[in-house]
Amino acid sequence: MNASANVNGEKKPIVRMTGITKRFPGVVALNQVSLEIYPGEIHGLVGENGAGKSTLMKILVGAYQPDEGEIYLGDERVTFSHPQEAQRKGLSIIYQEFNLLPDRTVAENVFLGREPLRHGLVDYRQMNAQTMALLQQLDVHHMISPEVYVRDLSVAQQQIVEIVRALSLDSRVLVMDEPTSALSETEVEILFNLIRNLTVERNLAVIYISHRLREIFDLTQRITVLKDGNVVKTVQTCDVTPNDVVRMMVGRELNEYYPPKASSSDVREVALRVVNGSNARLKGINLELRRGEVVGVAGLQGSGRTELAKALFGVEPFTSGSVEVNGRAVRLDSPMDAIRCGIGFLTEDRKREGILPSQSIRDNVLLAFRALRGVFSINYRDGVRGTPSVAELGKRVDLRAPSYETQIRYLSGGNQQKAILARWLASGANILIFDEPTRGIDVSAKAGIHNLLRDLAKNGAAILMISSELPEIIGMSDRVLVMHEGRLVAELPAGVSETDIMLAATGGRETHSEETTI
Amino acid sequence: MTHTTPPVKMTLTRLRAIPPAYFILLGIFCAAWLVVELFGTGSFMNPDTLTNILVRSVALGIVAVGQSYAILSGSLDLSVAYLISVTAVMSSFIMQGDPQRVPLALAVVLAIGVFVGLINGLIITRLKIHPFIATLSTSLMMKGLLDTGFQNFAGSVPKSFQALAYDGWGPIPYSVLLFLVVAVVGEFILRRTRFGSHVYAVGGNREVARLSGIRTARVLMGVHVLVSLTAVLSGIFIVSRLGSGAPWVGPDGAYDLESIAAVVVGGTALSGGRGSVAGTVAGVLIFGVLDTMFNLLGVGAFLKLVLRGVIIIAAVASYAIRSKHEVA
Amino acid sequence: MAEPDSKAQTQKPLLQRNTLLQRLLNSAPIYVVLIILLILVRVVNPNFFDANVFLGFLKRSAPVMILAAGQLFVIATGGFDLSMGSIILMVVLGGALLTNNDPTRTWWSILSLLGLGTIIGLLNGAITSFLRIPSFITTLGMQLVVRGAILLASGGAPSGYLPDNFRIFGRGNIFEVGGVQVPWALVVLVIVAAGDIFLMQRSNLGKQILAVGDNPRAAALAGVRVSQVRILAFILSAIAAVIAGILYGGFSGTSRDAGQGYELQAIAAVVLGGARLGGGQGSIPAAMAGALSLQALFTLLNLLGLPKPLRDAVEGLIIVGAAAYSAVRSRHSDNS
Repeated sequence: MNASANVNGEKKPIVRMTGITKRFPGVVALNQVSLEIYPGEIHGLVGENGAGKSTLMKILVGAYQPDEGEIYLGDERVTFSHPQEAQRKGLSIIYQEFNLLPDRTVAENVFLGREPLRHGLVDYRQMNAQTMALLQQLDVHHMISPEVYVRDLSVAQQQIVEIVRALSLDSRVLVMDEPTSALSETEVEILFNLIRNLTVERNLAVIYISHRLREIFDLTQRITVLKDGNVVKTVQTCDVTPNDVVRMMVGRELNEYYPPKASSSDVREVALRVVNGSNARLKGINLELRRGEVVGVAGLQGSGRTELAKALFGVEPFTSGSVEVNGRAVRLDSPMDAIRCGIGFLTEDRKREGILPSQSIRDNVLLAFRALRGVFSINYRDGVRGTPSVAELGKRVDLRAPSYETQIRYLSGGNQQKAILARWLASGANILIFDEPTRGIDVSAKAGIHNLLRDLAKNGAAILMISSELPEIIGMSDRVLVMHEGRLVAELPAGVSETDIMLAATGGRETHSEETTI
Repeated sequence: MTHTTPPVKMTLTRLRAIPPAYFILLGIFCAAWLVVELFGTGSFMNPDTLTNILVRSVALGIVAVGQSYAILSGSLDLSVAYLISVTAVMSSFIMQGDPQRVPLALAVVLAIGVFVGLINGLIITRLKIHPFIATLSTSLMMKGLLDTGFQNFAGSVPKSFQALAYDGWGPIPYSVLLFLVVAVVGEFILRRTRFGSHVYAVGGNREVARLSGIRTARVLMGVHVLVSLTAVLSGIFIVSRLGSGAPWVGPDGAYDLESIAAVVVGGTALSGGRGSVAGTVAGVLIFGVLDTMFNLLGVGAFLKLVLRGVIIIAAVASYAIRSKHEVA
Repeated sequence: MAEPDSKAQTQKPLLQRNTLLQRLLNSAPIYVVLIILLILVRVVNPNFFDANVFLGFLKRSAPVMILAAGQLFVIATGGFDLSMGSIILMVVLGGALLTNNDPTRTWWSILSLLGLGTIIGLLNGAITSFLRIPSFITTLGMQLVVRGAILLASGGAPSGYLPDNFRIFGRGNIFEVGGVQVPWALVVLVIVAAGDIFLMQRSNLGKQILAVGDNPRAAALAGVRVSQVRILAFILSAIAAVIAGILYGGFSGTSRDAGQGYELQAIAAVVLGGARLGGGQGSIPAAMAGALSLQALFTLLNLLGLPKPLRDAVEGLIIVGAAAYSAVRSRHSDNS
């Protein structure tokens, strides 16, 4: 659904950034960037990672100071030395990682740092009342109470708390950085409706940063494309297509990204078979994974996709049913069991569950291999006594790094993902489970990962790919499995449409049902 | 996934506001009563014994209130033991048994307390040193400076001053009143002031607190001054009881590690952000009840040590079983 | 931290030049500090680098160095071992009890003590891992339990003495070569150091210890048996404490206060050596260098005529200074 309102040319911009330049040691992050935001507009900000979106926004909200250029709020020139100052002027940002305290209540979080006082003491009644009022305005008061601890809320609800906080600050401009990465489709739609209401009712301007072009096109009225620190163009959303935007971002077409799929002769014997696998979250899973194919797994948040991966990897094992790897019956009761069977699992949260940030790339790559070898075995150098060659693996996954002794946290997201992939190749995995393989990875690196996936399949691996991005599912999968409430409800062939997938994923009902809540 | 919060859950939330440590205290209290009645000499449920429990909890209790602040803010303070020693020695040294010098002595030790707290705070916030190392270092420095001048009891405390430790307001000893006041004030500040709110915030997630405009350095400085002040108050009580101060009173009582243990047994998370002074008081009382029980059972000092260690582990284990955190 | 996906990779600046000195400076400035301290001691005491004098210095330093190495294993997993001091007490009093002044029982006693240490380490690790208690608390509780238990067993007073063949490790010499007396303690130190360095750097145990400290969740998902690794780290730490206790009992004899506060010294030494208190970073040689530096500092202050109490004060100052320097440096390399 495209927002149809064109921005009224007569309205004055609420925020104007002109000639913003920002330099870091060795790089010009932003070069003479100018941006205008009008009240009540939803403005998309896109660009590859490193294009400067985050830097620009951090300058806007006072986390960074520009080396050159000015910021105007209305007619007033402003400079901020601390995010607090920007907040007081009505500029708020919601980061991807929420700035919430889990052990404090919703109201305490909303008013963090600005607790209302009465006779010098914190006025909890006032705090709760004001928070409740805001929750009512957003019409979410029946599911979020001011006195609930934030840790008891779902991710989507926590995001709403962030929005409430921004509103309590009388924000005029709200920047949202990748807000939907942890949300289900229904939650995304609810969030979008919230945003639309806020922009209409309160004239709130929203700057929406996302890699998900579908959302950009669904929500925004204008789009600014950044590339290498420069503004490529600012366009009206209705005047362009996603391909146009991608071309502006990187100079390539969207559909060039997906490598050709497997032909029937490419798909070989069954590598992994699950018969009637069940546990607390999964029911009656029957699936077969063959060598040479990429099988996509689609479904709404909470449908059990990650639980399926965890069951296959021994993290939350099946409690009934059987599993066969390469024709042999096995029990996958721990990650080590799975690894010994040649299964590898790339989790969706690289930072929290994937990388060892302060260890070298080499140590990260060899982690699973060494775990296989056991605690008391000896480290040999690459190539000696069966130790894989990290250099060769690095080449195979196209890992770009100055040295394998560098700490892995200095790598880009795409390269980190490749390093994790190398980890599984090093452990001898040929059944690979990817959970959101390209999350947080910029557009050009995505293609690299996709090509790698396909290459691995061609060379005999069996690939299971979980993804929330339907274009990725459709583009990559030879078959699509759809999950719904812990069951595999559909197996769809390649070339299936998004509608068909969504239909299956919602259990056969339409997506926009009034009953579905967060 | 629907996350409704019906009224029932909110009532439960309020019930859960009673620190679980009190349930443990209740359990241990009943168990102690039973065991002493069955096996011990003397009886448990009489005013003397109960008062005894409270009085023996005062020294640790006061400093544990301060330590609660430290741990809640994500920090900790290992220097309290030697600060207690310094307080005891300096106050009796200055007083020299003369009641007219009491105010001077008190002023001096309180000033020392503030000073040490500021030093700790500065090392942690400006030099960005881990609190473990920072407060360990200051405790070493105090130890050194203390030992230079004092090897034994120094000076003495006037008899009238010892009233603090031995007399009371009716049946309630002054010392217990002091503890009570400190605890109540401590909990009050934590729950009702902005500063207290910010202590929880800094301990919960320092970066989030900072981005919300909280001056985290100031909060930490304030916290460390508070811990040091409670250590000074403890020291004042101890010297009042002993009649004179010696350099070993602090480390002898292991007030550094014991106060941390009391805080954690009281339900405060070692990583900060969660817990309360009320819980700590329960933790201290748990130790007090156990000590008294051991005394009435004739349990030797060494066995007491063993049992204390086991209780600490067991109590914290019971909290940890309920939450699912990954620990080191 | 700057966006990890930033196109321009501003790498750790000092990594390009790979000379030994640069690598040393990068990995741990403690070596530089150590050398400076040793030179300063030599300045004050011209005999310091004489073979027997220096070896005597190493002999006295050996227990703390061994403790620091043991503590490093635990700190690298993100934990603390506060029970080391009590283990030393256990060795000193327990050794006297077990040997009962009879030299033929020495070896058996030492083996028993090593066994006890292993059990203590096992308990530390198991309780921390399976009961999900912070190791700070577990080892704090264990500190009390072990101290209470050994005082109980020995009746609170050191009974008897440690036989000479027990004490020889701490205070005796293994052989004499050209007038130079090589202490047993040095041999023990070298063996332990070699073993620990091997375990930390060349065996998978060391790598997995660092992995567990850096990101236990990621390590578990890669097949690392996190609990096993933690338990092994605590066992290594406890055994280090036993060995240190044997050396300590050797030259100090039995005492009720043996070992008091040694774990804190060990932790300070490890931090001076550049390890991070949250885990994931650290090296054995650096930790031992940290311990040796502390000893060099003591010696220096002693020689300068500072009374013992002031030495403590200065020690406190130095620890702060070194920790500050280390913190500043690691922040520089953190900022990409």
